[in-house]
Amino acid sequence: MLGNYLPVFIFLMIGIIVGLLMLALGRVLGPHKPDVKKNSAYECGFEAFEDSRIKFDVRFYLVAILFIIFDLEITFLFPWAVALKDLSAAAYVAMAVFVGILVIGFIYEWKKGALDWE
Amino acid sequence: MIDQAMQSVLGWWQLLPGGWRLLLWNTGKILLVMIPLMLAVAYYTLAERKVIGFMQVRLGPNRVGYHGLLQPFADAIKLMFKEVILPTNADRFLFLSAPVLVLGPSLAAWVVIPFDEGLSIANIDAGLLYILAVSSVTVYGVILAGWASNSKYAFLGAMRSAAQMVAYEIAMGFALVGVLMISGSLNLGHIVHSQNGGILHWHLLPLLPLFFVYMISGIAETNRAPFDVVEGESEIVAGFHVEYSGITFAMFFLAEYANMILISALIAIMFLGGWLSPLQGIVPDSVFAIPVIGLLLGHGIHWLIFKTAFFMFNYLWFRATFPRYRYDQIMRLGWKVFLPITIVWLVIEGLAAYFKLPPWFN
Repeated sequence: MLGNYLPVFIFLMIGIIVGLLMLALGRVLGPHKPDVKKNSAYECGFEAFEDSRIKFDVRFYLVAILFIIFDLEITFLFPWAVALKDLSAAAYVAMAVFVGILVIGFIYEWKKGALDWE
Repeated sequence: MIDQAMQSVLGWWQLLPGGWRLLLWNTGKILLVMIPLMLAVAYYTLAERKVIGFMQVRLGPNRVGYHGLLQPFADAIKLMFKEVILPTNADRFLFLSAPVLVLGPSLAAWVVIPFDEGLSIANIDAGLLYILAVSSVTVYGVILAGWASNSKYAFLGAMRSAAQMVAYEIAMGFALVGVLMISGSLNLGHIVHSQNGGILHWHLLPLLPLFFVYMISGIAETNRAPFDVVEGESEIVAGFHVEYSGITFAMFFLAEYANMILISALIAIMFLGGWLSPLQGIVPDSVFAIPVIGLLLGHGIHWLIFKTAFFMFNYLWFRATFPRYRYDQIMRLGWKVFLPITIVWLVIEGLAAYFKLPPWFN
């Protein structure tokens, strides 16, 4: 069955090769006349005031953490959902408990205001 | 003459070692998907400008070729001959690898799409998982692009884009769990098969809320209007690709449109029965035996293309219709509306599956 994955690998390689070819094409066909002003970072015509690796809003970080939690939950749901037709009642109860805990956590996040952007 | 040429080509083919034959054969199949895909992307950009033009009572591009039909090629050639600017402060390696990282996966995801009965490049059992994995790589490309540019607009755009894509991936993931519960397989071909038996058997009806969640999340995932704060022109110029020019910009552009087509095709496959004909079970089976009409009305790739085209048109329609969402509204929609809807619907679906609700769960 692993042979079925060969085209996947080839397509991934081709995807990357196409990307690299396009980069090379742009380098060959396009002009290449760098100068200081042209190569400076775009900031509405001003000189850049400071480095752009600046502090950013912690909420982005919070979203990333919440994403990891929920994505993991989804990962656990996947095999259960695929095998659903062969599962006993106990498996349903187990998943109900699992989703129940997830929902409690979700309500907690909501009440704590972790999901608010304002 | 032609016969001789065929003979010699066949001879050469036989002479090749098995490994090379396999590689070339697969490459050929991949090109058969990739070239039409590229053409579809090219004409999708033209269709976007035309459709939105007509919706705003303009003509859209109509100078290059007959009614502007050559416009996409003019654009592509123009972009190719433009200079690729490497900003001084940018991390050169990451700056150049970001577009590759965005474009590669958006093409490679097509390897598992089933176009017709048994017609897919790779018929793998983890198809949906593969698509999820590959489309997540795009987020890395976007973050890398924004960070490596070392420009404030690009950085802000990348942060926004990453948070938005990540938030909507949750809703999408839960919607996919719903699809898996009803079809019982990650293989996209099997998912279509599980919808066999007429329009009522399609997943659209039992998964209606998940269908809408997936469709709207798909628009947010691809950073399209009305969720395009990522490149909100009025605030952060062009978002994460503000520093990209020429062909590197074209690569982000290509990837975005390829992803839009991919999401449309996935919606068609997972909720609307892929290549299955909507007339199945409505008209008598004898109709499908009539030579040409039967072929047109019966199952086939043309139905998949038609359904995909409908959702592709939706993208353009939404863009012309809805004003842009504010960022806090986007996050609220993703976390506080879609996530609860999907969880509730999974519970309902679980109950339906437990009691073997016909016709979908028996």
